[in-house]
Amino acid sequence: MTRFNAFSLLKNALSGNKNWTEQWPEVEPKSSYDVIIVGAGGHGLGAAYYLAKEHGITNVAVIDKGWLGGGNTGRNTTIIRSNYLYDESARLYDHAVDLWEDLSQDLNYNVMYSRRGVLMLAHNVHDVQSFKRHIHANRLNGVDNRWLTPEECKEYCPPLSISKNARYPVMGGALQERAGTARHDAVAWGYARGAAMRGVDIIQNCPVTAIRRNADGSVAGVETAKGFIKANKVGVSAAGHTSVVMQTADVRLPLESYPLQALVSEPVKPIFPCVVMSNAVHAYISQSDKGELVIGSGTDQYTSYSQRGGLPLIEHTVAAITEIFPIFNRMRMLRKWGGIVDVTPDRSAIISKTPVDGLYVNCGWGTGGFKATPGSAHTFAWTIAKNEPHPINAPFTMERFRTGRLIDEAAAAAVAH
Amino acid sequence: MLLIHCPYCDETLPEAEFTYAGQAHVIRHPEPSSQTDQEWEEFLFIRENVKGDHFERWRHFHGCGRYFNAVRNTVSDKFLTTYKAGAPRPQLSDLKEGGE
Ligand SMILES: Cc1cc2nc3c(=O)[nH]c(=O)nc-3n(C[C@H](O)[C@H](O)[C@H](O)COP(=O)(O)OP(=O)(O)OC[C@H]3O[C@@H](n4cnc5c(N)ncnc54)[C@H](O)[C@@H]3O)c2cc1C
Ligand SMILES: [Zn+2]
Repeated sequence: MTRFNAFSLLKNALSGNKNWTEQWPEVEPKSSYDVIIVGAGGHGLGAAYYLAKEHGITNVAVIDKGWLGGGNTGRNTTIIRSNYLYDESARLYDHAVDLWEDLSQDLNYNVMYSRRGVLMLAHNVHDVQSFKRHIHANRLNGVDNRWLTPEECKEYCPPLSISKNARYPVMGGALQERAGTARHDAVAWGYARGAAMRGVDIIQNCPVTAIRRNADGSVAGVETAKGFIKANKVGVSAAGHTSVVMQTADVRLPLESYPLQALVSEPVKPIFPCVVMSNAVHAYISQSDKGELVIGSGTDQYTSYSQRGGLPLIEHTVAAITEIFPIFNRMRMLRKWGGIVDVTPDRSAIISKTPVDGLYVNCGWGTGGFKATPGSAHTFAWTIAKNEPHPINAPFTMERFRTGRLIDEAAAAAVAH
Repeated sequence: MLLIHCPYCDETLPEAEFTYAGQAHVIRHPEPSSQTDQEWEEFLFIRENVKGDHFERWRHFHGCGRYFNAVRNTVSDKFLTTYKAGAPRPQLSDLKEGGE
């Protein structure tokens, strides 16, 4: 694997880019590993990377039923922000944003983290009050977030309509300038390459069919399409399929899997400088570096594993967007897709040990876990390596649903991305 | 768009008329104060989340307004049946043969 730098770029350009080496090798699974991670999304690959880099644990396999990054990591709309209400969330998401800032350098892979700012629009008195509360809570936690008047919103995002006659008039907005977007695929590829360089095996197209346990209840390894693979520690990071995988180890989780859809327009010249979200009309939008408008909203209403979702939701989303950005009402939409997101009752993630010795789980990221990828992966690796949570993920246990110590971001924000 | 049969109106109508209301047959214990924390966790938060045939509740929100139960496959999103609230839970084996 070649390191990327100006010299290697030049050298390979001169030879017509024909001599690049592979970024990670195609491998067959060994019969045993120290740690197996189920799910090669950003969170799973990242966990393997930090296990190798920070804890010296390199006898690791990441196993995916499809291709790496083919789950929600490669399907999301890439919004990164950390202005959540509660102290626990602020610490976790801000830890992630800290890591995003240097991630391209750390991985030697351009993840195109772009601090273009995320603006959340307020359309009614409730929004104004709740966003101002968020802003105060964030500032106490050292998380940047500030209030903009409608005119300042318009200045920050010129395509926005702040007409007083709009159906949903803009009464102001909360702006996090450190927030932004990143290239989703590059995050998966960068972590995969970084992990593989340190000796991690990445095994694709190999479904894990069950977690096998020893007579004493502890983890023995995983059954896969390529046979049994032994491991004393197994970390499950399977997003929408976490319930299905964990059930095979008799661990029941407070998760429900919903389709979440997104769509992109035909590519156009740069017009949209930031990310805009609106909880009241229930949609959000940004522009990718390729020029497409990237648009999304909430989940479909019913649980499903169909990874498709229904058209009524797309209609609702597009209606909402053209309502606040009338300028886009003649844009043609190019394609839409769905992912399966695992939603917890309090809309906060679970990064946790489980009642099964040697089995760990990182799930419940629902509609908004891309932003957390580096922070989640980093603390999950710590939890697996040391068999105890990092202080940042300690509140995100699965026991909180028994003790009642919820981290109720669900009540704090109706839409969470 | 899902097409859903309301067992009260006896009509098959588009999804937009209905709201989803979660897993069906989740029963509140008659003596809540006797329940342990673990039982409360089960009742409040733990759901089957099956990949396959799912018993669930729907409400004909923009129609008769009533809640009813359904069995839907969460992979194909096809409904196997819908039935009135309070009716016994159907046997899956019967549905597969007679189903749509
Ligand atoms: C349309 C959409 C838009 C979104 N927008 C945003 C956003 O703007 N901002 C944000 O922060 N978040 C967003 N999210 C959420 C975000 O994508 C996820 O929270 C995050 O990517 C989850 O990463 P992951 O690595 O945990 O999961 P994934 O990337 O889904 O990885 C899980 C992997 O597990 C594998 N797997 C499952 N079962 C098995 C098995 N039995 N054996 C082996 N492998 C298995 C899957 O194939 C998959 O590759 C969005 C999600 C969607 C679907
Ligand atoms: Zn009806």
